[in-house]
Amino acid sequence: MSAMASTMNNDAILKVEHLSMRFGGLMAINDLSFEVRRGEITALIGPNGAGKTTVFNCITGFYKPTMGMISMQQKDGKSFFLERMADFEVTRDAKVARTFQNIRLFSGLTLLENLLVAQHNALMKASGYTVLGLLGFKSYKDASKEATEKARYWLEKASLIDRADDPAGDLPYGAQRRLEIARAMCTGPELLCLDEPAAGLNPRESQELNKLLRSIRADNGTSLLLIEHDMSVVMEISDHVVVLEYGQKISDGDPAHVKNDPRVIAAYLGVDDDEVETVRHEVEEGAN
Amino acid sequence: MEYFIQQLINGLTLGSIYGLIAIGYTMVYGIIGMINFAHGDIFMLGGFAGLIVYLLIMTVFGGAPIAVALLCMLIVAMAATSLWNWSIERVAYRPLRGSFRLAPLITAIGVSIALSNFIQVTQGPRNKPIPQMVNSVYTIEGISISLKQIVIVIITVALLAAFWYIVEKTPLGRAQRATEQDRKMAALLGIDVDRTISITFVMGAALAAVAGTMFLMYYGVIVFTDGFVPGVKAFTAAVLGGIGSLPGAVIGGLLIGLIESLWSAYFTIAYKDVATFAILAFVLIFKPSGLLGRPEVEKV
Amino acid sequence: MATVTNPSTASTGSLTAKALREATFTAVMTFLMFVLFVGLKTDQNMRNELILVPRWGLLAIFVIIAFVGRFAMVAWLQPWRTARKAAKDAAPAQTTDAGFVKRNFSKLAILALVLYPPIILSLFGAQGSLKYIDNFGIQILIYVMLAWGLNIVVGLAGLLDLGYVAFYAVGAYSYALLSINFGFSFWILLPLAGILSAFWGIILGFPVLRLKGDYLAIVTLAFGEIIRLVLINWQDVTQGTFGISGIPKITLFGIPFDASPHGFAKIFNLPMSSAYYKVFLFYLILLLCLLTAFVTIRLRRLPIGRAWEALREDEIACRSLGINTVTTKLTAFAIGAMFGGFAGSFFAARQGFVSPESFVFLESAVILSIVVLGGMGSLTGIAIAAIAMVGGTELLREMDFLKHIFGPDFTPELYRMLIFGLAMITMMLVRPRGFVGSREPTAFLFERKNVSGSFTKEGHG
Repeated sequence: MSAMASTMNNDAILKVEHLSMRFGGLMAINDLSFEVRRGEITALIGPNGAGKTTVFNCITGFYKPTMGMISMQQKDGKSFFLERMADFEVTRDAKVARTFQNIRLFSGLTLLENLLVAQHNALMKASGYTVLGLLGFKSYKDASKEATEKARYWLEKASLIDRADDPAGDLPYGAQRRLEIARAMCTGPELLCLDEPAAGLNPRESQELNKLLRSIRADNGTSLLLIEHDMSVVMEISDHVVVLEYGQKISDGDPAHVKNDPRVIAAYLGVDDDEVETVRHEVEEGAN
Repeated sequence: MEYFIQQLINGLTLGSIYGLIAIGYTMVYGIIGMINFAHGDIFMLGGFAGLIVYLLIMTVFGGAPIAVALLCMLIVAMAATSLWNWSIERVAYRPLRGSFRLAPLITAIGVSIALSNFIQVTQGPRNKPIPQMVNSVYTIEGISISLKQIVIVIITVALLAAFWYIVEKTPLGRAQRATEQDRKMAALLGIDVDRTISITFVMGAALAAVAGTMFLMYYGVIVFTDGFVPGVKAFTAAVLGGIGSLPGAVIGGLLIGLIESLWSAYFTIAYKDVATFAILAFVLIFKPSGLLGRPEVEKV
Repeated sequence: MATVTNPSTASTGSLTAKALREATFTAVMTFLMFVLFVGLKTDQNMRNELILVPRWGLLAIFVIIAFVGRFAMVAWLQPWRTARKAAKDAAPAQTTDAGFVKRNFSKLAILALVLYPPIILSLFGAQGSLKYIDNFGIQILIYVMLAWGLNIVVGLAGLLDLGYVAFYAVGAYSYALLSINFGFSFWILLPLAGILSAFWGIILGFPVLRLKGDYLAIVTLAFGEIIRLVLINWQDVTQGTFGISGIPKITLFGIPFDASPHGFAKIFNLPMSSAYYKVFLFYLILLLCLLTAFVTIRLRRLPIGRAWEALREDEIACRSLGINTVTTKLTAFAIGAMFGGFAGSFFAARQGFVSPESFVFLESAVILSIVVLGGMGSLTGIAIAAIAMVGGTELLREMDFLKHIFGPDFTPELYRMLIFGLAMITMMLVRPRGFVGSREPTAFLFERKNVSGSFTKEGHG
């Protein structure tokens, strides 16, 4: 069912067009265009310093791009221009959630509380912007229960339910990564952006993560955009790969295509531009 | 025009004193990221040390040439105040290093309360006036400059030069800058971080003591509560200039001195402090890290 | 056996040597530090000139105390503490069930506070009890309320506010001016003062939203000073440093506490005494405190309260979750300020007099230190800290018996703030995270486990 849905809705959920970002004299992103299709897992890869995280920060409103357009198309047809929105509006209104490369959890709050904070806007409305909640209205109590159930669902899904009442700072690294993803999912996003979700994970944790990401796509209908260094993760789970180098796109396509793209290989091996042709020959020879 | 220049000179004198105190704030903040609230009281302590030395010279030696007296006052005040700040750092701040950020702030407030009340208890709560030490006034084209003002500005400039040399050119300064950048790494590279921080406190206190002695000489009176207002103003100066930046502290101090004297001259003296604080708030709103502070890049 | 005792005697010997060395060092340092300030006293002679009066004896006492104290500490106290710590670590960790008192602490505390005035009245009589109800009871409760209000800003939202006393001043002057000029009653002005203070909280909040950490701290300090300076200088309205006196008293729903025929004493057929008013004020501030606590506890379980704590932990993460940090910070400032305003109008009504003297930076510092000493975010801890700090210093006013020891010239009152400052340092050194270092979670799935202080952050904004 879900597989069918994903093939049927192959339209773009996120369109990045001619995006440029300049920091002083440095052109971190230069005229970048790509698409994220609904129901797919798209990976953004590239060598260190290629500008991947900058792209993320532009998409999620943390940076204002120098030029370009980022449009988000929601299921119900509403569309948003993310580059015009404040960071919190991107999550609240456009339904794009994100995680961070260096995990940003509320370490002094419990896991459950972390997930409740993520449901802030829904709960805020239910509490009548605090007034009704302060007076102890039932509507807030119901909403609060519902939010707890949603949190429980995600804790189970991220296999963190046993530690629900422990502080987030007390979790091991891999579990913190999963919690951050669960927390982002609690905002109810249509597009989830993950910044190096597999960084620092051991192989077992990596497998758990892949499982979680796949199920997020399949069960929750959320599209994913992820930055990743770990090629095994990229190749295993992504449907579509975009490769960046020095802020420019050098390749775009399915994993198999990208894997054999000589420019990508050159970029990863650190080959000069004029040697790209040599690499291409080598690859082709190898393929033959 | 003469009036304006006159006020400019007054402002610069006052600003020099603020600048000297502000350096202590900014250095300590730079190196351990702590607002040393007691620094204003260290300044007051320096003033009192100067006062007591002055009285000692008067009673024991029956007076001395002004230059000698002033030099003695400065040296003893610097030594005594440094000793105090060194001990305070050892006892009240060092054990809290690396713990909760607000804890040293609260102990610093405690030290500030304790210091001013210590002076109140030991030296009495009344104003301590001394006779004019330096009272020549030169008048050039209707602008009068007192010798006091010249002395203050010269001493400030000389100290700043010496200080700049220490921070920029000596191994000690290098150790300080390294500790400021990354304390752990500095320790790994063999810098004695504790010692470096202690020296920073000592240097800050020495400058504050000079400011205190000059404050005493300029106004001719000191009282145990005198640490607070100049302390807050100097801290304001440090923040205005961009906390952590040494030239910023000096520029901030001069600016605050100028704002104060010009505001008192052209508007109402009653609202001079309001003007200072309002300008601080205004500058920070548009330049949240001060005039010369490194803008804090939001790392996402 | 000999092998066991030998090293220990050797170490005792070296320990004594070490203690002697350190004690000598401390004594020398003390001498150098105190020689100017204790050894010599500046005094005025008959001609109003400053003279120096030597006090070498006192200086010697200081040096001796430092020597003996340091020696005792190194030679006995430190080994004893290490030994005790080792013994503690060796002993199996005991998980004792929280006792009855601990479990019902807040209920018992409220009960004790409700019973406090009648017990004091019956013990000391109407006149004798004034001191205990007013100076200890009401005074401490005002600080409890202020600290709980500031706790919302500093403890929950992690925004360092050094000018909290400004809102207290706004509340006090609002009540004073509006009640004198327009004759409004306390019950109308109490909410009004709260709203005005909240409004000022937002006024302050707006410009400082972008500021972080210590920049925020200095601007809030500046704001507090600006308010105070305006109160001093705007003499037409505030009467400057003279202050405003003759502020109307609070009535109990229209029943005044005075000697008139409609007064409280006459109506209830009681002998005339000012104690009734004080008792009434005590219950009023207790009620206000409980309101503050109730609202704080409720707010923590509401999304806004959680957003505050999340803001303290990580602002960027908050924004990534769709939380509008601007409004979140502003509500923290506004609600914190509102409680300051409530406390202010109560203060004005209780004193019958307000002047800028009451709203100096020191007050902000004291309130902030109560919050930090209590353990940021913990209502119980803060209440304990308020009792210790405010009650402790009030107690110093009562130490008249010390005059018998140190002679009639000795005024313990003079040492009050010195001891206060030293106590602040000592308490912070002993418990850097405050009396209650752990955080109570606002929601739980299976069991409520307190979060250790080492995980919580203190905010950067």
